Amino acid sequence: MTLHRRHLLTLAAATAPALVAGGVWAAPQTSTRLLVVFLRGAYDAANVVIPTGSDFYYQARPTLHIVKPDPANPDAALPLDADWSLHPALKDTIYPLWKAGQVAFVPFAGAGDDLSRSHFETQDTIELGQAVQGSRNYGSGFMSRLSMTLNGAEPIAFTDQLPLTFRGGKAIPNVAVGAVGKPGVDDHLAGLIQQMYQGQPLGPAVAEGFQVRNQVYQSISQEMVAANRGAVSPKGFELSARRIGRLMKANYNLGFVDIGGWDTHVNEGAAQGYLAGRLGELGRGLAGFADEIGPDAWKDTVVVVVSEFGRTFRENGDRGTDHGHGSVYWVLGGGVKGGRLAGEQVQVVETTLNQNRDYAVLTDYRSLIGGLFGRIYGLNQNQLGQVFPGAAPKDLQLV
Amino acid sequence: MRPRRPKTALMTAAVAAVALAASTAFATDGQVSLNAHDLALLNRVTWGQSASAAEDLQKLGARAWLDRQLRAQAGDRLPPAAQAQVDALPVSKTPMPELVVQLNAQIQAANKLTDPDQKKLAQQAYQQAMTDLGKQAATRELLRDLYSPDQLQEQMTWFWLNHFNVHMYKRDVRAMIGDYEDQAIRPRALGKFRDLLEATLKHPAMLRYLDNDQNANGHINENYAREIMELHTLGVGSGYSQRDVQELARILTGVGVDVNPDPPKLKAAYQPLLVRSGLFEFNPNRHDFGDKVFLGHTIKGSGFGEVEQALDIIAREPATAHHVSAQMAAYFMGDDPPPALVDRMAKAFQRSDGDIAATLRVLFTSREFDASLGKAFKDPMHYTVSAVRFAYDGRVILNTTPMQNWLNRMSEGLYNHETPDGFSAASASWNGPGQMAVRFEIARQIGSGSAGLFKLDQPQAKDQPAFPQLQNALYYKAGLDQTLAPTTKSALGQAGSPQDWNTLFLSSPEFMRR
Repeated sequence: MTLHRRHLLTLAAATAPALVAGGVWAAPQTSTRLLVVFLRGAYDAANVVIPTGSDFYYQARPTLHIVKPDPANPDAALPLDADWSLHPALKDTIYPLWKAGQVAFVPFAGAGDDLSRSHFETQDTIELGQAVQGSRNYGSGFMSRLSMTLNGAEPIAFTDQLPLTFRGGKAIPNVAVGAVGKPGVDDHLAGLIQQMYQGQPLGPAVAEGFQVRNQVYQSISQEMVAANRGAVSPKGFELSARRIGRLMKANYNLGFVDIGGWDTHVNEGAAQGYLAGRLGELGRGLAGFADEIGPDAWKDTVVVVVSEFGRTFRENGDRGTDHGHGSVYWVLGGGVKGGRLAGEQVQVVETTLNQNRDYAVLTDYRSLIGGLFGRIYGLNQNQLGQVFPGAAPKDLQLV
Repeated sequence: MRPRRPKTALMTAAVAAVALAASTAFATDGQVSLNAHDLALLNRVTWGQSASAAEDLQKLGARAWLDRQLRAQAGDRLPPAAQAQVDALPVSKTPMPELVVQLNAQIQAANKLTDPDQKKLAQQAYQQAMTDLGKQAATRELLRDLYSPDQLQEQMTWFWLNHFNVHMYKRDVRAMIGDYEDQAIRPRALGKFRDLLEATLKHPAMLRYLDNDQNANGHINENYAREIMELHTLGVGSGYSQRDVQELARILTGVGVDVNPDPPKLKAAYQPLLVRSGLFEFNPNRHDFGDKVFLGHTIKGSGFGEVEQALDIIAREPATAHHVSAQMAAYFMGDDPPPALVDRMAKAFQRSDGDIAATLRVLFTSREFDASLGKAFKDPMHYTVSAVRFAYDGRVILNTTPMQNWLNRMSEGLYNHETPDGFSAASASWNGPGQMAVRFEIARQIGSGSAGLFKLDQPQAKDQPAFPQLQNALYYKAGLDQTLAPTTKSALGQAGSPQDWNTLFLSSPEFMRR
């Protein structure tokens, strides 16, 4: 399958160009690749995009803080602007992208109306993308609704289970790209199995499963050939992210992946240690993804990194942090208007904390991602309302 | 492949041989005949239908059989070949505190080594010993799920283990997980919820996993306090506040784990307040003795009694009755259990002071339950166990490692869910396209031969000949074949070999449901 890149497809319902952010856009088209990366467990945003300009930060984190930027110190934070800095574990991966203007950070972002501070509740909230008030429909995630709104979407979840965000609508494939082997069920058996599911509710999922299995195996066999020529084989999330890059370059344009292990209640570490290790892996993964996509396609790729909430601004009694509220979201891509912190901000002092505990949410995830979709796909208000019902898209001019 | 036989035919030679080889627990006259309802009931209440379980049900009748299933049994009633395997496991023979203390000494000694190579080897040996203990616990659990006649108790053990989930790869939980399951959960799986809640609270596996062993006065860690209310009892959105989480965390200060055989040094006034049992310890030195206001109740600072009070309050909240009932209903019925049924279960839960068997009885004897039979999608655990039960009824497998690997591959590995919410009961969590493709691969492995299940987990072990007997007494005599859709029968008819027939049967839409 090839993508119709730069080819603007229009929906019959949206033939009239919509006016978004002062520009005329044809709607909706899917020439852009979008990958949503969910950091499950609530990553400690305040120690990743760090308010090094805040004295209060250093008071609140006597053992967990990262020291202010200092070129002579490899453990020091990397300057982003006068107030903010980046964790040193991202020096060789995300920092170069920042310098190239291909990363924007959105601080004080999150699910503003969900204060449950429950991982599971808030992950569900974000994946569903519905208003928190009223009853939830667990059969309708926002990426599934986006996929139905677009013409030519080729969605896929790079997860071992189909995530909530892709539920609803037609069967969306999922594949754990980290663990793919040679299929043992041959084409003949696969055909008979599909016969058994003909007309059954699971029929489309079964057919889709065999198709994706073959596609992914083919793509990964090519990688193995390349690896045999002496390429270093990456591990963990980097391995998965590189495979995702290959698959999204050739076959898919709407992807979701999650990476866990961010719930740092105890011994979180600072410049070195547990969180630094997780971050290093995440950074290598995202840089590896961009590398596999290649410079041309990267120009037309957007990666959004989200997490369910931030953590307590003060460290707890166990050199860790507990559940908080506002987080920092990342937007990356060759065409991203980055190198800046986007969205509304407040000074990081004790009095601006939410409930004297954590970051406030000043940019709701639905407004942020909705606004981004408006620009990427040229969705009109009506279409954005289908993806994020009842939300007010905020255009931060990120692409 | 073997010719198809009519429903009334005698048992096949293969099945007769299996029955002869089996222990007395499986003694059979070969007459299995259940109506469609009882067959479906059997499939739902057990880990999967088998000829021997069908005979049990037939002998007692559905009502008496269900009564029997709802009664907790002390100890195992396994067939001798399975019992011998369970009894031989070090995790069954050595008390958990001893294992933890031994391993703790082992890693401390390893860390003291100065030679880097020796140190690395010693650390690896420690990790290997820990992982072995986790594997042994999984083996014991799987053998019980496969062969115990007390099937409901085993199903509920897994259910509660998942409800009070811990992840064995955190710290030294692998050395504790077998005991957590066998001593804290299994004896109470059909008992009083309040007892179960306290047993999990006092178990070092839980205290380690949710960090409460590090929750102390002045060093508050609210991780466990939050999950008790959100996941274990009241349920999210049931009305408790962030303040309640913080107050419960204060109540839980000092509730922890101590691997030191000597009691902590305490001032005289604190000595009577110390609580120790195995590795569990309530240390008054670490406790916040201030008064607390929890869920509207004032709790006076007094020591571990505060925890008992808090658990009494939580366990009696109507929200807990409802949350726990809804979870049990979803576990057995699949998606969206009818709210009216959940309400009736919650009432029974409250009337009986949180009696789990009494609550389940309301579920199993309801119209709604009957109407849902055969419609729930099996999660990987039910899929794997039911396939092996069906294939090797009466012949005890010798190695559960392949099953453990299949479960991990399907993302439902035993003790291997990282977050405290446990595995989802929703079908949509398990039937995505990629997941179906993996499941068919596993169907092929189970269907094609012995799949490593009869090869002892030892170096140079020889595989004993075995082949899954799927076209068995249950299939033909009990009428299972009559329940298959024409499309399934047609595909089975096109199988070119017994291996393919088995793969197709285990891949069929019917076998995916319970």
